[in-house]
Amino acid sequence: MPVPSLSILDLHASIGDKPILKGLTLEIPKGEVHAIMGKNGSGKSTLAKIMAGHPDYTVTSGDVLLDGESILGMEPDVRARLGLFLAFQYPMEIPGVTIANFIRAALQSRLPEGEDIDAIDYYENLYKKMDLLSMSRSFTSRSVNEGFSGGEKKRCEILQMAMLQPSYAVLDETDSGLDIDALKIVSAGVNSLRGPNIGMLVITHYQRLLDYIVPDKVHVMSEGRIILSGEKDLALKLEAEGYDWVEKEYQAA
Amino acid sequence: MTSSTTSAAPSSDILLAPSNVGVLSAPADYSADWPEWFRRGQKTAWETFQAIPQPKRTDEPWRFANLRALDLSDFTLAVPVENEAALIVRSKGFPDVAAKLIFANERLIQREATGLPPGVLLLPLEQAATDHQELFQRNFMSTPVRLGSKKFAALHRARLRTGAFLHVPKGIVIERPIEIWHWVEGEDATIFPHTLIVLEDGASASVIDRFVSANDESSLAIAVNDLTLGSGSKLTYVGVQEWSSKTTAFHLNTTEVAMNGTATALAMNFGGSYIRGESDSHLLGEGSRSVMLSINPADAEREIDQRTFQDHFAPRATSDLLYHNALSDASRTIFAGLIKVEEGAHETDAYQKVRNLILSDEAEANSMPGLEILADNVRCTHGATSGELNEDELFYMLARGIPPNQAAQLIVRGFFGTVLERLENPILEEQLGAILDRKLNLTV
Ligand SMILES: Nc1ncnc2c1ncn2[C@@H]1O[C@H](COP(=O)(O)OP(=O)(O)O)[C@@H](O)[C@H]1O
Ligand SMILES: [Mg+2]
Repeated sequence: MPVPSLSILDLHASIGDKPILKGLTLEIPKGEVHAIMGKNGSGKSTLAKIMAGHPDYTVTSGDVLLDGESILGMEPDVRARLGLFLAFQYPMEIPGVTIANFIRAALQSRLPEGEDIDAIDYYENLYKKMDLLSMSRSFTSRSVNEGFSGGEKKRCEILQMAMLQPSYAVLDETDSGLDIDALKIVSAGVNSLRGPNIGMLVITHYQRLLDYIVPDKVHVMSEGRIILSGEKDLALKLEAEGYDWVEKEYQAA
Repeated sequence: MTSSTTSAAPSSDILLAPSNVGVLSAPADYSADWPEWFRRGQKTAWETFQAIPQPKRTDEPWRFANLRALDLSDFTLAVPVENEAALIVRSKGFPDVAAKLIFANERLIQREATGLPPGVLLLPLEQAATDHQELFQRNFMSTPVRLGSKKFAALHRARLRTGAFLHVPKGIVIERPIEIWHWVEGEDATIFPHTLIVLEDGASASVIDRFVSANDESSLAIAVNDLTLGSGSKLTYVGVQEWSSKTTAFHLNTTEVAMNGTATALAMNFGGSYIRGESDSHLLGEGSRSVMLSINPADAEREIDQRTFQDHFAPRATSDLLYHNALSDASRTIFAGLIKVEEGAHETDAYQKVRNLILSDEAEANSMPGLEILADNVRCTHGATSGELNEDELFYMLARGIPPNQAAQLIVRGFFGTVLERLENPILEEQLGAILDRKLNLTV
């Protein structure tokens, strides 16, 4: 039996009739952390949303397998309950729904019919995870993302990930909008979730994040494809020399 | 009727009592529970009821309304309920209340009032009329019903047999809520719930009216709640309406606020087939404030028809209206609201916002905001918006594993939650929130 992984196979996808992903292949074995770097507009968020099942995009060919099972035909909520998590680049505000109730509904949806969350255990667990992310407890009664600063939104995403314990997580620009202190806190939160039972795909266009969340592999994305893969020091080279050389090499090849 | 439990007739008689007195037939006699002067007023009200013509499509206050719902000829006067004890058991409300009254089919069946501070009156109306005549007459239906239902208010006045009277003397603060239950039972039965609240200067109270049907029967409720607030007093009034899906109901409100008083009123409409709400706020004193809230989950073929008036007579007063309607199936809502700033009501702050969340193609929301300004230097905003579920919010929830139905319900819950927040009362917010969760079938 092959190692469990999240694998993307020659994926082509478009929005309307505009092709955005043009044959993207990538495998994230469970237990590893991979990073995707790429310029704005290269299709990183599109990839993340397609994996999560966003209805605006059409997959024209290729596949996405979660531990060998194709997820493309599944509804977004089914994929999530199967263990896929997306930390959004732009998390939505949901007026009037508290964080506590939101996460609770998400956990509840993973239980069999008729079984209920134990409220005391739930809050104990929630508070523990919030402490880890240096979040004030008053957050639990605030509406999801409403009026949050950029950094608070990103922390809230990682809090949800910590509570839902996915087997694969895609983190889309989790570093954007964070100052250095917040970046350290969020990274520490992510690192504490690393381990043999989770595969992570960290999307960023700054090398900075990868100083704190050190990846096992780095992939460069451009115009809807992975054009180069390498070890973690590839990130440093991209930071120093930019992306142009990668694109030139890719075109030459 | 001040003992903790009251019951006037043995239940064996009640079972045999006929229920064939039409609500539109001329009243034969009036209850001896009431003083003579009150009964004379009932006769006059009956004449008024008969003199006012049935609303027509061309009447502005009835624009868009389903006039067929106003044919009351099939309804009969309620007879005492079969099993009072069962309804008392079913009147499970807030865990911690200062007092609780339970009415069923026009009779007070239970009164618990051990948590009230001394001096506070919480009485059945007929007793207030007898023992506190001057206070009663000054406040009982003393302000004309102006938003269209004058005819039905007259019927209420002519037919009601009891109701709740709350008087809070100067400076007295009642911390815990007072809960008042109004049950209707019997096919085609009619009840006339009445809640009259008078707060003297500096007094404070919160009152929850619970409107419930014993069974899934057709019924008629013509309810009145009149709120009178003295200077600096503070009242939170909530009507939780859970009538059966076959009920026609009128909920007619008048609120009068004196200087620096604050009235916060919320109507939650869960049941009924046709619900007509009229809320008429009079900002009488400088610095007075009226917060008018409504939560309307409309489904099936329900029609929720609400007319409001924010009438500013005094300077520097505030009125703030927020109505949230979520419409599914073939439901309809109608909102017509007027802000009026009378001459001399300078520096008025008046807000009116209606939001319609349309969850079905067959649903229909009508909004008619209005504004009339006769003073200077005022700040008034009004607006009505209609929209569907936000796809991105929905996707965000799905991406957390929440199934689509549950996600939609959570968004609706949030949509209503933002209205509950405006009560600025965390305990009420939580307890009313729990009712919302139950009604929306949310397990959280
Ligand atoms: N909803 C959309 N409608 C049209 N074009 C879109 C939409 N979303 C993304 N795109 C386009 O797809 C390309 C990739 O965008 P995106 O995936 O957000 O890139 P990245 O996350 O790498 O910055 C861009 O050219 C962008 O303009
Ligand atoms: Mg992006």
